[in-house]
Amino acid sequence: MNNKFEALDTVRSLDAGMNKKKWIKENLTGYVFILPWLIGFLAFLAFPLLRSLYYSLTEYTIVGDPSWVGLRNYIEIFTDDPKFWTSLKVTFYYVVFAVPLRLASALALALVFRKARPFTNFYRAAYYVPSILGGSVAISVIWRQLFSSQGAFNDFLVAIGVMGDRISWIGHPDYAIWTIIILAAWQFGSPMIIFLAGLKQIPKGLYEAAEIDGAGKIQQFFSVTLPLLTPVIFFNLIMQMVKMFMVFTQVYIITEGGPLNRTLVYAVYLYRKGISNGYLGYGSALAWIILVLLTIVTILLFKTSNKWVYYESEGE
Amino acid sequence: MNLTFSQKEKLKNILFHVLVGGFCIFMLYPLLWMVAGSLKTSGNALSATLWPEAMQFRNYLEGWKGFGGVSFLTFFRNSFFIAGTATIGQILLASFSAFGFTRTRFIGQKFWFAIMIATVLVPGQILRIPQYIMFNQWGWVGSFLPVILPQMLPVPFFTFLMVQFVRGIPTELDEAAEIDGCSKFGIFFKIILPNLKPVLVTAGIFRFYWSWNDFMTPLLYLQNVTKYPVSIALKMFSDPNAITNWGAMFAMTFLSILPTIILFIFFQRYLIDGVAFSGID
Repeated sequence: MNNKFEALDTVRSLDAGMNKKKWIKENLTGYVFILPWLIGFLAFLAFPLLRSLYYSLTEYTIVGDPSWVGLRNYIEIFTDDPKFWTSLKVTFYYVVFAVPLRLASALALALVFRKARPFTNFYRAAYYVPSILGGSVAISVIWRQLFSSQGAFNDFLVAIGVMGDRISWIGHPDYAIWTIIILAAWQFGSPMIIFLAGLKQIPKGLYEAAEIDGAGKIQQFFSVTLPLLTPVIFFNLIMQMVKMFMVFTQVYIITEGGPLNRTLVYAVYLYRKGISNGYLGYGSALAWIILVLLTIVTILLFKTSNKWVYYESEGE
Repeated sequence: MNLTFSQKEKLKNILFHVLVGGFCIFMLYPLLWMVAGSLKTSGNALSATLWPEAMQFRNYLEGWKGFGGVSFLTFFRNSFFIAGTATIGQILLASFSAFGFTRTRFIGQKFWFAIMIATVLVPGQILRIPQYIMFNQWGWVGSFLPVILPQMLPVPFFTFLMVQFVRGIPTELDEAAEIDGCSKFGIFFKIILPNLKPVLVTAGIFRFYWSWNDFMTPLLYLQNVTKYPVSIALKMFSDPNAITNWGAMFAMTFLSILPTIILFIFFQRYLIDGVAFSGID
């Protein structure tokens, strides 16, 4: 079969004159098709990204023109900007708690919905709804009121007797970040659906085999379900991590980075410094630092994935 | 206790409904609280109860008036305009480019495709400052252009999603059309596009959601109240330092998520299958 195709190819390439015209036409057609993407990529991604690398090496404010200062912005950020370190710490704290909480909730509910029961579809849809509302202003506004001093959350705590006095959860230096972490955990719908799809892929035979070997339900979970789900867990982990690293709207509306900068996540600091205060050069440096950091964390996660993510080919 | 198998199953089902249903109410509480709040009297809107003592539909009328002499009609019109154009543009152009990546051959194809994949995870916030400077130099700040255009041209995520789908369409269909004298463009519009319907719907809904909820870009580029989308208007309208009418605030908050909820109810299947297939969030 292959030889036949090769022979055909040779015949085609012999017909050079016609081929040249066809070749040009083929290339042109291809580029016409990818043109919309190419324009978007060059104008809105590649060009701004390179420009911002240049800006990050200049002193550039909203009122003046950029002037070259070399690495000064970067040096200042690392040695003389406590808010940069605060925002990094806050962001890591948020990611380290919010991502596992969201994924654990997603996995737990996916396991519950695995077996079809009456109304499963309805429940699954209801649990999914919070995540389609995602980073909407509406949800942030509700959250802000829910955890304010007059909000419903205090009503509950007072009613069940946990608390005597109402406090503002979003205004409390220790708890404010947790209102935002809970918001993230609440929106576990998408990873739940992805986990459900992953669970469907696990062959039933494996469970039967495990049962014959005398494995109980819990043991089956740890020796069959979890290992076979690791690729999906890994996928969800990367996607959610990248997203949560750059959390903005929720924090900007609910706590505005306060109180005492305890919720000053990186994206909010970047916005405040680079855009609200107009330090375009300094802000560009901040943007590049988080881009590099995010890339490093992603690469590290990929590197560790060899150790814990199960790929089917290894089993063969 | 000796239970038969079916009795055991029944018991399990009941337990399932009590636990999952109970937790479901807990999950949906913030949303139900918002709807209830929009019907309560203003002084009572923040109380925890889900039962408004007297239905206050006038909260909706009062909220609708908006602020600064601009009503929510304008804000909704702006949001529908932004999200609508972004969505239609995105699904048409992304599928068009996806066809180029999969069904045509040209120099640099592998290179450009790799570039596209590599940029899937680049967060938008990184680009805000240089984009702002660029749009400012082009004189676009204050218009809808910097808000709509970047969301309209194919973004890597949707392009890649469409590529996956186009790959699943058998090439025999193209070949048959080619023999009939169909050009590549003809093949795209007559064969591929109709076959892409499910992914167009899924991608379209998510593009609509993201554009509808987009807060940062309109915050940056739109300065005139008459151009505000609902997201910005709601943020202004709900300023905790200025607000007096909580009932009206909840009413407008509810209206702002209504399009999302309605789309979800009608296209649930597409959404859930789409997420399972692609990992969209």
